[in-house]
Amino acid sequence: MSSNQVKNQHLLWRAGFGPAVEQLPDLEKYSPKQFFKALVKASDKKPEYINVADDYLKGLYMGIGELGRQQRKEMDKDERKKIQQKNREGVRNLNMFWMHEMVNTAAQLREKMAFFWHGHFACRNLNVFYQQGLLDVLRRNALGNFGTMLKEVSRSAAMLNFLNNQQNRKDHPNENFARELMELFTMGRGNYTEHDIKEAARAFTGWGSNLKGEFQFRRFQHDFGSKTVLGRTGNFDGEEVLDILLEEKQTARYISGKIYKFLVNEQPESEKVEWLADRFYKNNYDITKLLEDIFTSEWFYDEKNVGSKIKSPVELLVGIQRMLPMKLENEEALMILQRVLGQLLFYPPNVSGWPGGKAWIDSSSLMMRMRIPKLIDDTDEMNVRPKDDDDQMMGRMDPDEEPKAKAARISGRAGRPIKANVDWKKYTKNFESVPREKLAETISKILLQTKQGVSPDLIKQYSDETGRENFIKTATLQIMSTPEYQLC
Amino acid sequence: MVIKRKEFIQIGSLATASLMLPKFLKAFERRDLPIVPPGNKVVVILQLSGGNDGLNTVIPVRNDIYYRSRPKLGIQKDKALALTDEAALHPALTAFKGLYDDGSLGIINNVGYPNPDRSHFRSMDIWHTASDATEYWTNGWVGRYLDAQCKGCDKPTHAIEIDDVLSLALKGEELKGIAVKDPRRLYGTANEKFFRDVLKNHKDESGEQPVDYLYKTMSETLSSADYIFKQSRLHPTSAEYPKTDLGSSMKTIASLIFSDINTKVYYVSLGSFDTHINQQIQQQNLFTQMNDAIGAFVKDLKSNNRFNDVMLFTFSEFGRRVSQNASGGTDHGTANNMFLVSGSLKQKGIINPLPDLSDLDEGDLKYKVDFKNVYATVLKKWLNADDVAILKKKYDHLNFC
Repeated sequence: MSSNQVKNQHLLWRAGFGPAVEQLPDLEKYSPKQFFKALVKASDKKPEYINVADDYLKGLYMGIGELGRQQRKEMDKDERKKIQQKNREGVRNLNMFWMHEMVNTAAQLREKMAFFWHGHFACRNLNVFYQQGLLDVLRRNALGNFGTMLKEVSRSAAMLNFLNNQQNRKDHPNENFARELMELFTMGRGNYTEHDIKEAARAFTGWGSNLKGEFQFRRFQHDFGSKTVLGRTGNFDGEEVLDILLEEKQTARYISGKIYKFLVNEQPESEKVEWLADRFYKNNYDITKLLEDIFTSEWFYDEKNVGSKIKSPVELLVGIQRMLPMKLENEEALMILQRVLGQLLFYPPNVSGWPGGKAWIDSSSLMMRMRIPKLIDDTDEMNVRPKDDDDQMMGRMDPDEEPKAKAARISGRAGRPIKANVDWKKYTKNFESVPREKLAETISKILLQTKQGVSPDLIKQYSDETGRENFIKTATLQIMSTPEYQLC
Repeated sequence: MVIKRKEFIQIGSLATASLMLPKFLKAFERRDLPIVPPGNKVVVILQLSGGNDGLNTVIPVRNDIYYRSRPKLGIQKDKALALTDEAALHPALTAFKGLYDDGSLGIINNVGYPNPDRSHFRSMDIWHTASDATEYWTNGWVGRYLDAQCKGCDKPTHAIEIDDVLSLALKGEELKGIAVKDPRRLYGTANEKFFRDVLKNHKDESGEQPVDYLYKTMSETLSSADYIFKQSRLHPTSAEYPKTDLGSSMKTIASLIFSDINTKVYYVSLGSFDTHINQQIQQQNLFTQMNDAIGAFVKDLKSNNRFNDVMLFTFSEFGRRVSQNASGGTDHGTANNMFLVSGSLKQKGIINPLPDLSDLDEGDLKYKVDFKNVYATVLKKWLNADDVAILKKKYDHLNFC
């Protein structure tokens, strides 16, 4: 394992969503260190706020703040229905917009880490303003300071509402937020007591948000009394409890371990995690420095780490689009695929996020994954139906299913094509200098991260030999239809 | 006992088949009848997704609080299908009323769990994993049944979900069930031959690498697909089923039950019961589908002498609030009832008291039976499995089987 190409591909899959077609000529040219530097630089700029909420909602929500409680209650049924529908559309647009960003941005490191934090600070919320607010917190802080991000997330309308902190009042504490804060966001299970949770919950009483998504401190609901959390006693408020959690080295250990599993290997090596945690803690939770520790280390490129991870559905879908630049006429297909494969952005299964690893794979999801390339080629059709998500649909019909497709499904006719227009020229030109008999092998090496690729003879057998372009195209799609391509 | 002519012929020929013919002849001699002898017990789980309104399913027709809380949605006594003086079924559930009269319907009331969650996804998660509300488990109870029962099984066909996508309930720590909507196209793909060749070409190494795990899953999927397809054609039922999604799913399940497939658990869903608005029409439609499909299924099982070997139960992630809302619907609630359908129920009819509507928790029913008790009972007493290992805790058993 010496070539730059293999190492850089490994880096790009882990520190981003895989190599883009434009990067192919550079893979051998630069060292991984140079590549990593470029990644950090490309992610330097502050990301723009993604705002997909439509004007109707904006007008309404800004107005609602001024309405009295009684008036809000009396808002008529149709208006409520419309609000729900607009919110749902909004979250869908947010999904598409962000996925588009993952595919196209040079700031791969930032979006990859924002994607990690999206699973770490997992949150389901039907209010599009809350969702885009939380996404903005994660994208702005993805490579910044973990403590700052933790504090911003803890004050976000999305999380406060999702974890019932709106109901956390002095006379009637709700422990949900405090519990998940310790168990999932900072220290991990087994490092605190039930008493710590109770006391911490008191510190967050009165933390809430208004309808516009702005943080509200309701002082009359706040418990100003003395609390004891993790051995410290004082009249703590939420902010101070967060500081206590950050003071605990266990937080650095827990976060480093989780990032190691996400970026390096599902099987963590405790020595390495400990080394990372030490430095992460000493560097005051600087995320970029942690990433530098990982991606510039020798061991990151160890053979056992390369090709050892099962791509998540989002990584798979984004990765394909980075390598094969395409326009989808039927963009909804991306939503359906996310749902069928088990990872719909903004709808994590619960606050602990997507379990990942082998959990992505069962017989149906694996076969579906391997069918995607043929869907792109329109030689196969979408004829599977995702499960209903009642939280998302509120008892209505599946919003991702077009009436025509539904009719076809019910009548038992075939599904629908996803209509991808791939810019094949951009891709095939990278192989101009490769001799014909070497093509299958060369493509394999670019697309696959596993030690053993798929037999070139087999690929040839299933590829279109009528011309160079056709061969490259069909061989690529076949290689992407293998178990090996599910790994990175 | 009066034996109908058709049944007599079946019983007669079955007896002939098992007593008179040498074993090797049975297989092709009795094409029209099941090979599997009675006694192979299976479970069919029918998930009512979206939170079915239990109070309008089993209606407390003598309860004033019920009618007061639901001036518009309450179902009048004379419209409902009377079971007892106190309780009646939703008008669409005629076949279930027949099962009740027949002694093959059991109703467990007030099933739920402590600290109920009102998010569909989360509550469904809790039902699927059988975890406490405060824990997040990543594998399901049927999946863990597979882990316990079929270490070393070559095909993951012990649990089959009739769907395109596999539910969490069927994903174990090690083993996973298989989702199949239509046995004719398990993976409906143009690339099938390629997949088989890729599989043939793969050299399995340690089995430790994720790539080997993927190949193992792929190989099991392909062999299961063949197996399920063949089995589904062995004794395809010729009975009439309604032409709905659920109807064809139940038909598929029946055909597999009549084959000699090793499946122990079948899983199927119907929805969405999330009736925040216009509940009457929506629930009526779904119940009609459920009623007709399950009615046909039971009839089919009976005429093939397999009803005694099947335990079907329904569940929903939660019930709904006692009071109707302002949109002709009901909002998310807590405890709910479950139907048990089988030819060999030990407890029949209404197994425990109806909900006490005068003792509510902020407008919601209080649970009296933990659903894990139901799971434990089915696992231990019906499937003869180690319920404690599977549920990771000891739960008392109920007496319905």
